[in-house]
Amino acid sequence: MESSPQPAAAARTTAATAERSDMVLHVNGVPYPLTLDHRTTVLDALREHLDLTGAKKGCDHGQCGACTVLVDGRRANSCLLLAVAQNGRRITTVEGLAEGDRLHPLQEAFLDRDAFQCGYCTPGQLCSAVGLLAEAADGFPSSVTPDTAAPGAPVPLTADEIRERMSGNLCRCGAYPRIVDAVGDVRDGGIRTGQDVAS
Amino acid sequence: MSQDPLPSANPGPTATRSAPASPAGASVARREGREKVTGTARYAAEHTPPGCAYAWPVPATICRGRVLAFDTRAALALPGACTVLTHENAPCLAPPDDPALELLQNDRVPHHGWYVALAVADTLEAARAVAAAVRVTYETETHDVRLTAGHPHLYTPESVNGGYPAISERGDFEGAFAAAPATLDATYAVPPLHNHPMEPHAATARWKDGHLTVHDSSQGATLVRDELAALFGLGKDEVTVVSEHVGGGFGCKGTPRPQAVLAAMAARYTGRPVKLALPRRQLAAVVGHRAPTLQRVRLGATHDGVLTALAHEVATHTSTVKEFVEQAAVPARVMYAAPHSRTGHRVVALDVPSPSWMRAPGEAPGMFALESAVDELAVLLDIDPIDLRVRNEPGTEPDSGRPFSSRHLVDCLQDGARRFGWLPRDPRPAVRRAGGLLVGTGVAAATYPVYLGGSDAEAHADADGGYRVRVNATDIGTGARTVLTQIAAAALGVPESRIRIEIGSSDLPDAPVAGGSAGTGSWGWAVHKACTALAGRLRDLDGPLPADGVTETADTRQENAEPSPYARHAFGAHFAEVRVDTVTGTVRVHRLLGVFAAGHILNPRTARSQFIGGMTMGLGMALTEGSTLDPAFGDFTPNDLAGYHVPVCADVPAIEAYWIDEDDPHLNPMGTKGIGEIGIVGTAAAIANAVRHATGVRLRDLPLTPDKLLPHLARLS
Ligand code: FES
Ligand code: FES
Repeated sequence: MESSPQPAAAARTTAATAERSDMVLHVNGVPYPLTLDHRTTVLDALREHLDLTGAKKGCDHGQCGACTVLVDGRRANSCLLLAVAQNGRRITTVEGLAEGDRLHPLQEAFLDRDAFQCGYCTPGQLCSAVGLLAEAADGFPSSVTPDTAAPGAPVPLTADEIRERMSGNLCRCGAYPRIVDAVGDVRDGGIRTGQDVAS
Repeated sequence: MSQDPLPSANPGPTATRSAPASPAGASVARREGREKVTGTARYAAEHTPPGCAYAWPVPATICRGRVLAFDTRAALALPGACTVLTHENAPCLAPPDDPALELLQNDRVPHHGWYVALAVADTLEAARAVAAAVRVTYETETHDVRLTAGHPHLYTPESVNGGYPAISERGDFEGAFAAAPATLDATYAVPPLHNHPMEPHAATARWKDGHLTVHDSSQGATLVRDELAALFGLGKDEVTVVSEHVGGGFGCKGTPRPQAVLAAMAARYTGRPVKLALPRRQLAAVVGHRAPTLQRVRLGATHDGVLTALAHEVATHTSTVKEFVEQAAVPARVMYAAPHSRTGHRVVALDVPSPSWMRAPGEAPGMFALESAVDELAVLLDIDPIDLRVRNEPGTEPDSGRPFSSRHLVDCLQDGARRFGWLPRDPRPAVRRAGGLLVGTGVAAATYPVYLGGSDAEAHADADGGYRVRVNATDIGTGARTVLTQIAAAALGVPESRIRIEIGSSDLPDAPVAGGSAGTGSWGWAVHKACTALAGRLRDLDGPLPADGVTETADTRQENAEPSPYARHAFGAHFAEVRVDTVTGTVRVHRLLGVFAAGHILNPRTARSQFIGGMTMGLGMALTEGSTLDPAFGDFTPNDLAGYHVPVCADVPAIEAYWIDEDDPHLNPMGTKGIGEIGIVGTAAAIANAVRHATGVRLRDLPLTPDKLLPHLARLS
């Protein structure tokens, strides 16, 4: 084995520089003051700096949805958000969905329906489903919403609507039919909206 | 509401069973489910030891040649840069078992995307920037990445994946084919396919007091431990590999992969823990792929549809790094009773990334061709495709003559037909419409062999009435933790809640990989044996348990080394209904239904998820998934999830999976056959056959994309 160079920067500066900025991210209701590289995404801030590894990295390119979190109550691919641009935002990750030991109804539904296998896409699916329910309630149409739907009125979540709206979240294990069932269960049983869990 | 929406098992007409082979068989919820839905289950890249550095690989940008020089000055000048490992400074490795792991050891570039350097830095962002700033000068040689049926360097290998002979012949195929009253001769093509588990390959490695610990995303930590120990010249007790939660694998994590080796090298070189998560866009080149296959199938039959001659001949590629031959003609040795048969494989070593295992290697592409051909013959002879298959049901395994340990293919076909509503079916194409779309139905059979491997396991009874079972199984999403606990509970005769199960670390008793649909059978056998021994010991015990409890260990290598006199395979039947838009050429699957005969099903809940998951991947194979090798730049063009289309939620309709619970005493104490792969096997052919029924167009090249279908549809729209 060759002799190894000593780590150059064991002690990291926390002061803002041309490359780094101070910011506050509110994650699951907790304000985290951070000084981060401008290149750091929200996803990497969560996973590498806050040890919140619930949000997953599947592609780092906005192609898979594994990193989905809620930003001010709306779902977003956190791998596409630079942390420095989210200063002051309220971010909800899968770790923030349950209330103590009481799981979010979607988490319960995913367990009940066996709506996952490896579980790697699951945090993103859950956050996405929370966002989906809020979007439909707020009248956001999808590409399968009938043209005749009243603008702004809540969109009824048919199975086709759920499938369409969950299609930004890939699941290579193929849990889709059960994910649709699980979201349908919560639709039928009532659920808190994304805004609620983000606050 | 945790009851399953469907009956847990449906005994088929001939699958009578008095008592189950094992009391296990309940729909038990996943043990780690809560961790997975709360985000607390940690995967390989989610361990960040203090002082952890980050690595980012540098892939070759040529397809063949060698590295002349590296210029790392600009890279190392970047803030946070730690080092750049290349073959000039990387730790020396012993020659690996798998030549694809000979990383940073020499200047050779065998294919585009091969790793030539590894950047290490204080942060992820810095590591990526350092990697991008490494300048490499190459000497390039001409390359060839094009598989063609007439490639001059195609050769017949000694054996194909799985250890099967490359060629198998019985009777006189050519003579029988020439004399057959009805013949079919067709060539099918399956493109390269990518596994793309949702968790990219990742490893976090650290050295402490000479001991190497690696959290690795793998399908088998024992194998990774053994390989790392050999590469670094360590004893097996000096290496620990942990694969506690794994975000899917589907074969591409079944062998040790570069991330574990590179992370360990970098950690050794820098003296720091190192985390390496392979970027998604690099995966296709370094973690294996399903090799493309060109498959010629020739069938000769009587006018009644009785096969007299069957040939299945496959051409495929491998890399110059190692020989891997997709065994696509092997299922034709199992399926139908043709007295004259020839099955064979030829392969050409191209300057391509090394192919490897992908879910149902051999069976998935091979059965697309064979089951499409059987459907073509059924159309030709105007015989119902289910009837045609029933008429060719063999009494014994055609190639070997061995009796089947159990074979319920006909039951799967008939039960599936009833559930699906196969009949009445007008065989004429392009005569059914729904909402302006053409409608068609298709059927295909599936098969997958029973593999088993020897394993160790340990069962322990605590003095306080609890039990602990240890085995280095890997749960890649299959529900291994859960089903092994069920097996242990059944053998011990105690409730599952009393059992702690430990899996996913090479410090546990050695076990084979989660692969070949062999996990439950192999690990479960050892768990069953250890628990049975423990139960016996406890029965014989006079008085209370000793304070430190009682432990039994088991090793099933001997049982598994004995060859079975039986041909052991799972079977299944797939049914598909498609809708085809004649204006856009788009095919949408309306419904999929599968019926499987795969031994005793231990956990209907998790089993159904696996069957459905396999069928979903088969849907992708049929309609959306297909990679291409660019002849000029020599690598896969669709190398990420935007270019390579795995099915999304909107692509996947209602999928139903059922099974015939078999009572097969010739397998293992649980009576299981393995269920992880058979779900993909017949799906693509069933869909392609349905497209033919819907449109009259027979497509033989996967995937069935609009550009291929549309030119044939003009007359129908
Ligand atoms: S990791 Fe963000 S979309 Fe894939
Ligand atoms: S559960 Fe494995 S990717 Fe969705």
